[in-house]
Order: sequence, then C-alpha cells, then structure tokens
Amino acid sequence: MSDINYKEVLLKPIFKGNPVTVLVLGICSSLAVTVQLKGAFVMALSVIIVTGLSSFVVSIIRNSIPNRIRIIVQLVVVALMVILVDQFLKAYAYSISKTLSVYVGLIITNCIVMGRIEAYALGNRPIPSLLDGLANGAGYGLILIVVAFFRELLGSGTLFGYRIIPQSFYDAGYMDNGLVILPPMALILLGLIVWIQRSFQKDLQEK
Amino acid sequence: MEYLSLFVKSIFIDNMIFAYFLGMCSYLAVSKSVKTATGLGIAVIFVLLVTLPINYLLNEHVLKAGALAWAGLPDVDLSFLSFIIFIAVVAAITQIVEMVVEKFTPTLYSQLGIFLPLIAVNCAILGGSLFMQERDFVNCGEATVYALGSGIGWFLAIVTLAAIREKMAYSNVPDALKGLGITFITVGLMAISFMTFMGIQL
Repeated sequence: MSDINYKEVLLKPIFKGNPVTVLVLGICSSLAVTVQLKGAFVMALSVIIVTGLSSFVVSIIRNSIPNRIRIIVQLVVVALMVILVDQFLKAYAYSISKTLSVYVGLIITNCIVMGRIEAYALGNRPIPSLLDGLANGAGYGLILIVVAFFRELLGSGTLFGYRIIPQSFYDAGYMDNGLVILPPMALILLGLIVWIQRSFQKDLQEK
Repeated sequence: MEYLSLFVKSIFIDNMIFAYFLGMCSYLAVSKSVKTATGLGIAVIFVLLVTLPINYLLNEHVLKAGALAWAGLPDVDLSFLSFIIFIAVVAAITQIVEMVVEKFTPTLYSQLGIFLPLIAVNCAILGGSLFMQERDFVNCGEATVYALGSGIGWFLAIVTLAAIREKMAYSNVPDALKGLGITFITVGLMAISFMTFMGIQL
C-alpha cells in the first residue's frame, strides 16, 4: 500500500471533494455555530480532531469488527472521541462550550465522521485514514469559517469579537444586517458558496 | 394547556430543520420525491417518540448529578456519559423498531426500506435528546409531547421541501446552481417564511 499519494489524500477533501459542498455531508451541525467566527473556529478544530482520531482508531481495529454490528462499534468510538473533546472544552473554554451547547454532542451524528469511516477508514491503513480524517475535518472547517466570516462581519460588524467596521460608518447611517444573524441566511450563504464553487469546477455540476 | 403550547412551539417555532438545522443530511438527500420523504418523515416521528421518553427517564434516574440516590450513591455524577448512552439507546431502538416493523407490518417495512437504519445517525434524533437534557423538562409527558412536536415539524419540513423540489424540476435554474445550490437557497427561503411564526404565544 505504498502507492498512496499523501498529497492527494490531504488536499482533495479541502477543495475538490469538499465534504460539505460536494458530498453533502455534515451540514446538520455546521450552520448553527457560524454566527460568530470564534465558535466556528472551535467547532472546526473539534471536528478535525474527532474525524482524524476516530478514523485512525477504527482503521486500527477494522479487521476485528464483525460486519453486522459495525455501525454501533463506530458510533461508540466516535462518541468516545466527542466526549473527550467536550470534557476538554468544558474544562478549558467553558464560555465557548456553553455557546456551542448541544452542537458539540451532535458531532457524533455528524455524517462526515461516519461517512469517512465507512468510505475510507474501513478499507485503509491507519496513517492514511488519520490523514483522510484530518483533511476532511479541515475541508468542513474551511466552509464553516467562510460562512462565519461573512455572518459575523455583515451581522455584527466584528471579527473574533473585534470591531472591524469603524464607528464613523455607523454615524454615517450604516446598519448591521440583522437578517444575517438569523438561521435562514446561513443556508442561503452556503447555497451561494456552492454556486461559486460549481461555476469554477464545471465537472461538479448536476444535470 | 402547557402541553398544547409546547407542542405547537416545537412544531413551528423551534422547528428542528429551520431553527436548528438538525437532520439536514438526510433532509437534503431524501427530499427528491414526496413519497419517500413521507416515509422517512413518519419513521423519524416514530423513532423520536420512542427514544425521547426512554432517554428522559435514563437521564433523570441514572445520569444526572445525584440521580443515583435511589441506589445509595447520591454523590455520583454520570452526566459525562450521556452522549454515549443516548446514542446507544438511539441505535438500539432503531434496530428494534426495524425488526418489529419487519415482523408485523411488512408493507410499511418495504416502504421505509433503507431509511430505518439511517435514522440512527440522523442528527434530529440525537439532537432531540440533547435539547431535552438541556431544557430540563419537568416530567416524562412533556418530553413525549416535545418528541411528537419536533417529529411532526421535521415531517412537515421534509414533505414541503420534496413537493417544492418536484415542481422545481420544470424550472430553469442556472447550471452551477442546479441540485444542491438551489436546494440550500430554497430551504433558506422556507426558513424565512417559517420565521413568521416566531413570537406567537399560546
């Protein structure tokens, strides 16, 4: 198995095979945490860690899992990783863990994690699986951060909580767009990202 | 009256899809035709309705801080185990529901088909349990009503989206926007229309 192209494994999920915009995985939890860049950033990191580690672990034990009960075994591995991340966040970043609320727990059912385990980790050796998991987590995180960037900038005029749009703009009559903070705009932004990506990569277009 | 208010609130205002984006993956993947969407919607209502009360009781009597007092262990706090217990219950119930449905109503089973096992990884189910834990419902009845309401909300959302997508097959969408892109934007617009229910008090 020495012919695995590591660069391909790492880069493909970030752009060309992005799990969110191309494979339509893991949208569930991705949108609710994108009101602010900080939450999105922490969420992205958590997902990278969980996808990477659980792909790694499942790949190590892949030959001893009976096929019939593999979903439950995978769920237990993933849940274990998520509990670790959740406890870590609660200990070191309590306020962020409060804003993310149930969405950290929902990483368990994030389709990216299960999807990559089913599609990649079950048939590949541990190290490539680890990289694949990390890269897919990163591709997901990238979308999260792009959406959060626009939502925070347009919705509250800040980035990471720092004011970007100067006060003089507000004095001149500029107003934050309250609609961007609300859930529907996240979906529409994501739709626009898909639109832009597919305009450049024509082979992804659906008939 | 409180139950009715909670019921209506969980269908329209706290809609699983439009307010919390839960269960999006299967929502987008299985909304191409009204018939399959209806099947999946019913299955989700059913599984939510069974798992939520069970998880509620487990949370109240086993997992919460001090919940094990009845077993003589008042200092034990097992709440860190809740994710793993909840997902195990969801996976197990889905498996049981699948077997029961297969045994007693083979027609329904063949209609639901592959959707039943998929429900185990549907965020809406686990999300329901986690929200239930966060909101501290006072009794099992409230948890059940919440489950029914959220399930019906999810059902409504997927059936309407499927109906819109069936009609949309005849419209002229820009190439790059076809499929996924336009679906996202449609869901966004639907979510805006659902926001009109916000602020309704019963």
